[in-house]
Amino acid sequence: MNLKAQSRRLAVTAAFGMASVLALTSCAGAGGGSSSDGGASGASGGGGGAQSINVLMVGNPQMTDIQKITAETFTKDTGITVNYTVLPENELRDKVTQDVANQGGQYDVATVGMYEIPIWAKNGWLHELDSYAKADANYDYADVLPSIVKGLSGEDGKAYGLPFYGESSFLMYRKDIFAEKGLTMPERPTWTQVADFAAKLDGAKPGMKGICLRGLPGWGEVFAPLTTVVNTMGGTWFTQDWKAQVNSPEFTKAVNFYVDLVKAHGEPGAGQAGFTECLNAMSQEKVAMWYDATSAAGSLEDAAVSKVAGKVGYAYAPVEATKASGWLWAWAWAMPKTTKKADAAAKFILWSTSKDYEKLVGEKLGWPRVPSGKRASTYAIPEYKAAAAAFGDITLKSIEEVDPANPGVQPRPTVGIQFVTIPEFADLGTKVSQDISAAISGSGTVEQALANGQKLAEEVAKKYQK
Amino acid sequence: MTALADGAVDTEVAALAHRSTAAQRMRRRAPLLPALIFTIIITQLPFLVTIGISVLNWNVLRPGDNAFLPGVELGKYESFAGISNYVTVFTDNRLRHAVMNTIVLTASAVLVSVVIGLLLAVLLDRRFPGRGLARTLLIAPFLVMPVAAALLWKHALYNPDYGLFNGVLNWIWQLFGAEQGPIIEWVTNMPMTAVVAALVWQWTPFMMLILLAGLQAQPGDIIEAAKVDGASGWQTFRFLTLPHLRQYLELSVLLGSIYLLQTFDAVFTITQGGPGTATTNLPYEIYLTMFRKYEYGEAAAAGVVVVIGTIIVATFALRTISSLFREEVGR
Amino acid sequence: MNAPPTGSLARHGGPGGAPPSAAAARGLMRRLRRAKEPEQGLAPRGGPLWATLAWGLTLMFFAPVAWMVLTSLHTEADAATNPPSPLASLTLNGYRELFRRGVEPYLINSAMASLVSTALVLALAIPAAYALSIKPVEKWTDVMFFFLSTKFLPAIAALLPVYLIVKKIGLLDNIWALIILYTAMNLPIAIWMMRSFLAEVPREILEAAEVDGAGLLRVLTLIVWPISMPGVAATALICFIFSWNEFMLAVNLTGVRAGTAPVFLVGFITSEGLFLAQLCAAATLLSLPVLLAGWAAQDKLVRGLSLGAVK
Repeated sequence: MNLKAQSRRLAVTAAFGMASVLALTSCAGAGGGSSSDGGASGASGGGGGAQSINVLMVGNPQMTDIQKITAETFTKDTGITVNYTVLPENELRDKVTQDVANQGGQYDVATVGMYEIPIWAKNGWLHELDSYAKADANYDYADVLPSIVKGLSGEDGKAYGLPFYGESSFLMYRKDIFAEKGLTMPERPTWTQVADFAAKLDGAKPGMKGICLRGLPGWGEVFAPLTTVVNTMGGTWFTQDWKAQVNSPEFTKAVNFYVDLVKAHGEPGAGQAGFTECLNAMSQEKVAMWYDATSAAGSLEDAAVSKVAGKVGYAYAPVEATKASGWLWAWAWAMPKTTKKADAAAKFILWSTSKDYEKLVGEKLGWPRVPSGKRASTYAIPEYKAAAAAFGDITLKSIEEVDPANPGVQPRPTVGIQFVTIPEFADLGTKVSQDISAAISGSGTVEQALANGQKLAEEVAKKYQK
Repeated sequence: MTALADGAVDTEVAALAHRSTAAQRMRRRAPLLPALIFTIIITQLPFLVTIGISVLNWNVLRPGDNAFLPGVELGKYESFAGISNYVTVFTDNRLRHAVMNTIVLTASAVLVSVVIGLLLAVLLDRRFPGRGLARTLLIAPFLVMPVAAALLWKHALYNPDYGLFNGVLNWIWQLFGAEQGPIIEWVTNMPMTAVVAALVWQWTPFMMLILLAGLQAQPGDIIEAAKVDGASGWQTFRFLTLPHLRQYLELSVLLGSIYLLQTFDAVFTITQGGPGTATTNLPYEIYLTMFRKYEYGEAAAAGVVVVIGTIIVATFALRTISSLFREEVGR
Repeated sequence: MNAPPTGSLARHGGPGGAPPSAAAARGLMRRLRRAKEPEQGLAPRGGPLWATLAWGLTLMFFAPVAWMVLTSLHTEADAATNPPSPLASLTLNGYRELFRRGVEPYLINSAMASLVSTALVLALAIPAAYALSIKPVEKWTDVMFFFLSTKFLPAIAALLPVYLIVKKIGLLDNIWALIILYTAMNLPIAIWMMRSFLAEVPREILEAAEVDGAGLLRVLTLIVWPISMPGVAATALICFIFSWNEFMLAVNLTGVRAGTAPVFLVGFITSEGLFLAQLCAAATLLSLPVLLAGWAAQDKLVRGLSLGAVK
């Protein structure tokens, strides 16, 4: 067998094949180029009957649901085609920030959170949505929960984002395992109690760990639950007059507590675990408790994807020094100023955040999967009430009782629970979270991480101290 | 092996002999110009822009009022920064850390894949049943799309719950009656090793191909003569084959370094630079500065420094490559 | 088993492929034969132990690929078992799901970006290589090294300006932005490769043809093209592979319409529910064109990747 002779023959064949393919595609290229002519000219081609809008969204379950039902409902009714791009949270933030901040104009609608909206609105990057939301009586803007409306408004008080779903955080636990072990979860547990439970629940079943807590780097990943722990243990990122507090005893105590807990009784691979990994762990019976977003309950109670549907109990976010400690977040639709299809985009936004859309999801995909936590009326729908009997009330109450302006024991410089609403926080939070994630993985210490964090925080604070 | 060298010498001589009118020279240059102009525009222009950005205070989340490049206006920056971005680049220990990570990552991935590649090349240099098929299968890792390969390693192999590695350990343990095998968190506990292993897997076939070509270019009669003289297999390898392979080894180290220095896909996918900054290499750190910190000026300054560093390394590399060609000419 | 040299000559001959002169043809045949000679010495045979070791290592390296393909054919539930269940029943569901998620536009974009940029690269590289080998300009080595040096520059350092410029001229999320950048990315390698292939065209044939009064066009079509054809194929293959696999520029410069195959995979970076089979299906499907092309032309691969230094 002579390799060279054989492959030479192949190469010649390949060459002829390649040449003909090249000829084909260069023809296709000329045609394809003009028909799908990129962002700028494509976006200006709106106005006709058959419109299409580009939507960039985060790959959470509620978002992937909308992808499944848009064509047969929204597009059918309005003639507007929706092109979805779905990305994981970190990649989504990269992409959407890059596009919006540079006026890239690739997207007509994007999912943006409570952290970004006030900052971006101030920079004039977003289209206000007040006029659309208030013009439509059916939409019933007044029904949207006040804390959420507030979080999605700009300095001028106008809405710059409409919520797709809202969430606070709470503690999910396996009722059956608790019963087996003879434990009772109080309605409002403290973190000390939770740590105690976690120790007792470790190994309740082969391979089962006590609790799942996020350890994935990212200000919106590990720092979402961790900052609520910091808040309730008396810590804060900054004092009201912009003094960095990252290495304060309270902050340190909270982070040590969190890291120790997840190291001792947390899920395997905690340093790489975010919301989706924990959702997997909980729904595949790998952990007995999970402290995370209230919006997780819908997925956990969906028997099609979860092995623990019906077995999960829900308790308020654990506290120490504060009365409540849940976070507040909403994934909202925002419209970049660069869009040339504002009306079509607004139609889509109003449709997907409407009461009708909630009904549609309930009827088509099942009531636990309704994107909830944003409208008071959701919790009055009988079918939803039945489906969300275990978690509906506590979700609504959690969202209602948190106070973004005053989430801890001391006054804060900005409004926001699990984040500081300044542009620099994304980088600051992410960098500190990297060191904390490393500490969770067993390299580096919490003290070192926070000492570095304090330095970074002081740099940031300098710009704001008067 | 000498066809290229002959041609090169011949044509150079011819070129000298033909040195004549300007018109002729222009005619000679004409076919070259499109490629040359295109390359200069697409590769050099962006670097000039990078240098321009590197002296600005430009955080995209705090848009300023000054148009960058008046007339073209690529964006709005806050103010002129002078060399302060460069000061940050040289004093920030994150960047120093990234340089170290880049060196460790590149060096270990290149060396390990060259060593394993050499072993495979030596093995494949002899005939054995199914040798052609073995070579075909061996190059497969190199042909898998890098992002796909990184995802494959991250999820299908390393995942502590359902990845193949822990799965096989579990299977072996259960074979011997244990209830469950050890759960090793590959990416968490040994992040750098995890990234390097995935890269080594992808690059070993490449090294193997180059070194195999080297082995097959080795004149058979000398080896025969050595055998007749009673040299052992190891002696032949050590004193004849290895020196012969030297330039091929150099070439594979060089090319591997060029490509692996720029590793982005694997870090972006497998570890996202973590845990902490344990696997953040330079390309990823610059990416973070650009897209997570939004400090365009700082990112550009880091880019300029990296380019200068690369030019220094590349000059050395190019010298080696050109000496490689000269050696061919000399033979 | 060797193809006789005349065979390859005839195959490369093209239409009416008679060489311009008999002497030249003899010279060409001599050269082709000489190039083949080292191949004809048979490699020593390895013993059973040798074969076992070689095959053991080979299978170790191939195992992840095999596992990827196997998992892609399993159901999600079977793919995520621990210990693994390699013998589970097979299904094409993973692939079906990919098409339901709409992988086709990504494949079409990738094909478009790689094939068109490859065509452009060849159109620019072949004349340039001609001017660097057959009728070289003065100081051609300097020009060569300039081209190669651009290959060393870290792409990440150019990403920001490239993004800003592409946005400015309205080519964001347009496949032509990638086509142009991939052309620039592959041009240096292509010129290096093509130069080394063209340098193999025997001088004596060219001179003989010139003496016989053959015009430039005749020389190119009858002599240069047939001999360098395998080189063109190899160059095209390498450019195709690099463009198909390119990730960093694609992920940052495309969005909705122009996303290429690697961009499709970004959605799989964090896991959600059971998705391993689908991930493996995507990895397999998207790698397939390059796998097939690379396997079909193994020895061209190494020559291309080593910038023509190793033959």
